[in-house]
Amino acid sequence: MLLYILKRLVYVTPVAFGVSVVCFLLVHLAPGDPLSAVLPADATQATIDEMRAAYGFDKPLPVQYLIWLWHVLHGDLGVSIATGRPVLGEVSRAVVNSLILASVATVIGFTFGTLFGFVAGYHRNSIADRAASALSVFGVSVPHYWLGMVLVIVFSATLGWLPPTGAGPDGSGNWRPDFDHLRYLILPAVTMSVIPTGIIARTVRALVADILAQDFVEALRAKGMDERGVFKHVVRNAAPTALAIMGLQLGYLLGGSILVETVFAWPGTGFLLNAAIFQRDLPLLQGSILVLAMFFVVLNLLVDVMQTALDPRIERA
Amino acid sequence: MSDAISPSEPAVVLRDLRVAFGKVQVVDGVDLTVERGQALALIGESGSGKSVTLRAILRLFAEGRSRIEGEIRAAGRDVRALSRRQLADFRGGDVSMIFQEPLLAFDPVYTVGQQITEAIHRHETISRDEARKRALALFERVRIPSPDRRLDNYPHEMSGGMRQRAMIALALACRPQVLLADEPTTALDATVQIQVLLLLRELQRDLGLSIVIVTHDLGAAVEVADRIAVMYAGKIVETGTAHQVVLNPHHPYTIGLLRSRAEGALAKGSRLQTIPGSPPDLANRPPGCPFAPRCFLAEERCRREMPPVAEIGPGHRVACWRTEEASAAYRAGPTPVRAVEAVPA
Repeated sequence: MLLYILKRLVYVTPVAFGVSVVCFLLVHLAPGDPLSAVLPADATQATIDEMRAAYGFDKPLPVQYLIWLWHVLHGDLGVSIATGRPVLGEVSRAVVNSLILASVATVIGFTFGTLFGFVAGYHRNSIADRAASALSVFGVSVPHYWLGMVLVIVFSATLGWLPPTGAGPDGSGNWRPDFDHLRYLILPAVTMSVIPTGIIARTVRALVADILAQDFVEALRAKGMDERGVFKHVVRNAAPTALAIMGLQLGYLLGGSILVETVFAWPGTGFLLNAAIFQRDLPLLQGSILVLAMFFVVLNLLVDVMQTALDPRIERA
Repeated sequence: MSDAISPSEPAVVLRDLRVAFGKVQVVDGVDLTVERGQALALIGESGSGKSVTLRAILRLFAEGRSRIEGEIRAAGRDVRALSRRQLADFRGGDVSMIFQEPLLAFDPVYTVGQQITEAIHRHETISRDEARKRALALFERVRIPSPDRRLDNYPHEMSGGMRQRAMIALALACRPQVLLADEPTTALDATVQIQVLLLLRELQRDLGLSIVIVTHDLGAAVEVADRIAVMYAGKIVETGTAHQVVLNPHHPYTIGLLRSRAEGALAKGSRLQTIPGSPPDLANRPPGCPFAPRCFLAEERCRREMPPVAEIGPGHRVACWRTEEASAAYRAGPTPVRAVEAVPA
């Protein structure tokens, strides 16, 4: 198993390299000069050139990449053009916020998704199944920025139960695990959880229905296992796939939903990306995309390792 | 595990067993007795209700989706009267079952050893070490090579024959009195089939097991069974000792089955005899004998009235109006069975 993990880690290296190249180039494909956002419109050519040299935009692309990569490997993602603060600090603060939001949303999504999925899978074509299926179709297809706005209208504007935007009462971007901050988390987390709930519910329903139809379930009953004993086997068989889906969903959510975070002004990566794009804050954009992509790579690795640990049929070599 | 059976009571008794799924009467009045220590083979083609009859003994159907009528007694228990809890104790404890495709009948994500000890722990309060030891002894009993290592194998890591042996070990884990086998050799290679059949036969003798084996393979039936019951369209049409049924068949369907075997080397160009037509629609049963539309001896009465069960020899019972003609036709040679156009060579 340890050997397998080491091997997977080695495989990750070229992927990470590719990701860094794409991240670096992606930003250069976008139109617009990053400096135009910070320089006054009437800046002289001399000032512009000076700034270009200061930020290193005057060197050839491969050299820019190597310099950037060197800094990245030393934990230096550059300085945000817009704020003048180190990108790493900005990105990690946003990642922590997004991580909190994404984890809570994933936990909600996984809980309700598996619950609906199991009920539907166990009682196929029953009313509960139809209700769960309808809910998951709704979850997957409703635009969640719209749902976010509806929730804000209902629970903040009309009922006044929960704050509509921000991450905490002091307006700062630092989330803390106390009751006041928790209230800010509820609406965005619920909004974000709707898609994973639907996807996980549909996957688990199909999984459970498929497992229950297999011969070994009848064989389990034939050797005297009761429903609880059978249920244990169903869960164990559904777990690898369900966890893989959950991991991928967490990855998507970590990237922050730009729309949901914008609706709720949640200071996470989506919010940060949105700001970076509009301000043409090139280092910030590069840095946050890179960090998010790496998160995805690591998460995929974790999912693979977990699946291998759970399903003996996957080759460990 | 169970109350001792009185020595006179047979291992399995089915009386007028009827099983229906919705409107489809899959098993239609089956009477069957398996004496203790005896092996009975239930043969018939796909859809004849043989597997359903077997599963009825464990009541292995979803409640509500099936309707069971008649009497089912196995290992001294009135199966239909068992509560949910008693039924779970009964399954695997008094009566256990092996399946057609052992690869599918084992949970793929647990080792075979875990699945055997799980069954032992389910029925008995016993330490982990004891359970493991019992599993090991069972693996030795069914002659799995390097049993200690094999216990930690996942099902997909074993060969087909070994998996079926492991399935038999699992079925015997809690010392049942009755073993039900649903086409246990169908998924195996021909060379492995005979080994598994011989193993079953040996276990039956050594452990005093009663066995009900479902198969469509007459050869397999003769190999293990003391008695054979031939099923057609949810009814038993002929039953007797293996000798009586195979050597002295009195039902046209049994004769058809015997004739349609590719026995020995078929001369090139000669046709394999088949039974014309296909089994009736069980949701829409015609009156009379269900085999009549395919029978080479059918007459007016066969299509009108279901023939009664006649005892034509000691323990040899046949449900046919024309047993004498059938028997005579069989003894006369291969011609009477209508040979349907087989694939020309």
